[in-house]
Amino acid sequence: MAFREYKIGARMFGAALGGSMMITLYFPTSDIVLVGSTEWGLQKALSYGRIGGFSYEDPLMRGEGKPVTVTLDKDPATNQPIDPIHAYVYPPGVPFPSAINHPRTAGKVVAELSTTKGRINEADHQKGAVFVVAHAEAGGEVTAYIENASVTRNWNPQQVLDAAGDENSAYVGSGKIMFVREGCWWCHTLLPEQTQDWQVFGVPPRLGDFNSESPTAFGSDRKAPDLLHVGSRNSSKEWMMMHFFNPRLVQPHSIMPRFDYLWGKNDANGKPIDFDQWRAEYTKYAAGERVYPPEVPDYAPKSDIRYLMDFVLSLK
Amino acid sequence: MLKYLFAKNEDIPPGTTAIFFGFSSIIWFVIGTGIGSFNAAKLAFPDFVTGYEYFAFGKMRQVHVLAVILGWISMAFAMAMTYITPALGNTRLWSEKLGVWNVLIWNVGLSLALTLLWMGISSGREYSDIIWPIDLAIIFGVLFPLGANVWMTIVTRRTQGIYTTNWFFGTGIFMVIIVFLVGNSPEFFNLTGLSEAYMTWWFAHNVLGLWITPVAAAIAYYTVPKVTGNPLYSHRIGHLHFWSVVIFYSTPAAHHLMSAPLPEWLKSFASVEGVLILVPAIAFVSNLLLTMTGKWHMFVENVEIKFTITGVLLAIPLNMQGGFQQTRAINWYIHGTGWIVAHAHLALLGFSTFLEGAAVYYGIQTLLRRKLYSLTLANFHFWFLLIGFCTYWISMTIAGLIQGAGKIYEVPYIDVVIAEHPYMIARWVGGTMVFTGNVVWLYNMWMTARVGTEIPVGRLPHELAYER
Ligand code: HEC
Repeated sequence: MAFREYKIGARMFGAALGGSMMITLYFPTSDIVLVGSTEWGLQKALSYGRIGGFSYEDPLMRGEGKPVTVTLDKDPATNQPIDPIHAYVYPPGVPFPSAINHPRTAGKVVAELSTTKGRINEADHQKGAVFVVAHAEAGGEVTAYIENASVTRNWNPQQVLDAAGDENSAYVGSGKIMFVREGCWWCHTLLPEQTQDWQVFGVPPRLGDFNSESPTAFGSDRKAPDLLHVGSRNSSKEWMMMHFFNPRLVQPHSIMPRFDYLWGKNDANGKPIDFDQWRAEYTKYAAGERVYPPEVPDYAPKSDIRYLMDFVLSLK
Repeated sequence: MLKYLFAKNEDIPPGTTAIFFGFSSIIWFVIGTGIGSFNAAKLAFPDFVTGYEYFAFGKMRQVHVLAVILGWISMAFAMAMTYITPALGNTRLWSEKLGVWNVLIWNVGLSLALTLLWMGISSGREYSDIIWPIDLAIIFGVLFPLGANVWMTIVTRRTQGIYTTNWFFGTGIFMVIIVFLVGNSPEFFNLTGLSEAYMTWWFAHNVLGLWITPVAAAIAYYTVPKVTGNPLYSHRIGHLHFWSVVIFYSTPAAHHLMSAPLPEWLKSFASVEGVLILVPAIAFVSNLLLTMTGKWHMFVENVEIKFTITGVLLAIPLNMQGGFQQTRAINWYIHGTGWIVAHAHLALLGFSTFLEGAAVYYGIQTLLRRKLYSLTLANFHFWFLLIGFCTYWISMTIAGLIQGAGKIYEVPYIDVVIAEHPYMIARWVGGTMVFTGNVVWLYNMWMTARVGTEIPVGRLPHELAYER
């Protein structure tokens, strides 16, 4: 390596690559961290939990270690009626999203409100906690922030889950895991574009809609409709169920795969599902040998498909 | 192979590492394109093999992508590095033993990583889907040992200067290590939100820009002068290529997210830098085509030159697309459509595969000192790759334009799906041709190793006539 040119070259290379890193990493991220989370951003952060992909709390991606999103119309502590509200229940041991662990990821103003008014720094994931999104005025604007309801309203996780009951609970965080695991994002995007297609798929997201979410799973290769607002276009559970079991039941030209295996072994009544028979009957139906397709079984209350449906329907 | 793992470094014949890398890469190419063809069949006929969780499209799509990137392309690079670097330095590989272990760990690790991905255990970040513990294993168990071998071989060379190819090899492996470390940092440190989204594409862009493109080009800088016997047309243009890769190719990552809510200055900056990618591209293509002066008959007669020059020629449409499709004026139309899928295959299956294919053809003959078993089969491989690829590329480009039109005219999505159907079938046919060609290639290389005519001492493989 005796040449002087190589020394100069190595330094030039360091400067070039360093400069490039400065511009493409340091500048953008220091710009992005200034963005304050929107209300929707906070809702997503709280309902998805710490991470939407592989994590040590859920190494096999079964949807474990995730919060439950519930809808309440009564205060679970006092039993008084309240305006319907979403609460995000973190049973003991479920890790918090970074908006709670590192409040500044939600933006400066939101972080301040969430700690002073919302008292999120008093939450302890070993004991579990319940969060809600609240609003306050800051700097002349109404801003959403996170409120630690286990402290401010004395709600405890189990109490809230019992008060809501299964029909008002949604496993949105676990459903996001299913979405990532099953590779829905290889065909569907979660990003209506800023140019044209928001007219069909709804508003494109804003800068502050993602704080504390990971992975964002935008998707890049769209072979199917954008799903960011699918829950507002179509909120029929019945349709979704048939569509997931076999998309060609409701849309004969669809190229979406069947996700019947997400039903698991047993249906809602604990009876084993006979997939072979179902498929055989469907094949007859598709060949015109049957008038009606076979019935789609109801899913069990804690099945992969339940999680996924809760997630998809939460995309408003 | 096992007997070399615990042998003394001096007892391992020179070239062992490269030969193992070469055959591994071909096998991964067969596997990767086989899965690709299977996936394509599912997009054309969604009920083809249905009812098995592990044959679902969403579980197999990423396996195809990473098998060809980390198995085929990167291992072919490793093969090229472990025999071209010593050849250019007039020396042996720094450590064959490290190299043999490198091959073993790479193959075992990649199989494990792909099995997990196949089960759906993923980080949910495109191109960096592999989960972070395995990312760390890749960085320190696979890339770093390869880098050590390349860098130390350059340091201990017995020639004076460092040839163009080796600048790219040495820096390419250095840069890919940085890209893996930085690009996966959202997983290491749970970075969230737009930073995570941006870093995903920072990784994806730079893996292509700072690893695949420059290293593939570096291979051509070796193959063309070596096989034609012409000196490289211009070292100055080589310099221009090198420095403009480092400066212009490392900056446009944000142009993958032109319609996402990133800061506007970042998108504009990335877009301008993206057009400047044409600088290294034009430097590279012109330099190599001018090197061919007087030897164009070899484009027809010689397998390695045929592959290399085809790859170089495919770099022209590749960079014309790449430079301009990311500007706002065009991107809004084709973003997220099959056009991009076609472009990605033009980069990896068109441009880069043909260059690496030549390196593996040439390397295995040189190292085993055996002439290629059959020219006919090699031509069969070439044409199946080329026609299969073109079928894929053209059909996906058309499908992308249909999707773009559907997007702006607000056509109900299902009508777009119906309109794309014939192109999905064409895509599957193209992909299957590529796969078939590769199976033949594997056979040809295997037979070369077994029964290829021995090359006499002092001769080079391309100096001998083909026999079959
Ligand atoms: C092979 C590509 C593919 C995969 C993988 C895929 N889909 Fe689809 N999906 C489609 C296509 C094509 C359509 C449009 C036709 C239809 O309605 O079936 C669609 C439609 C939908 C719709 C209805 C959209 C609307 O606008 O009404 C929903 C909801 C949906 N998919 C959810 C999912 C989920 C959740 C997953 C993952 C478990 C998934 N998809 C996986 C291709 C796919």
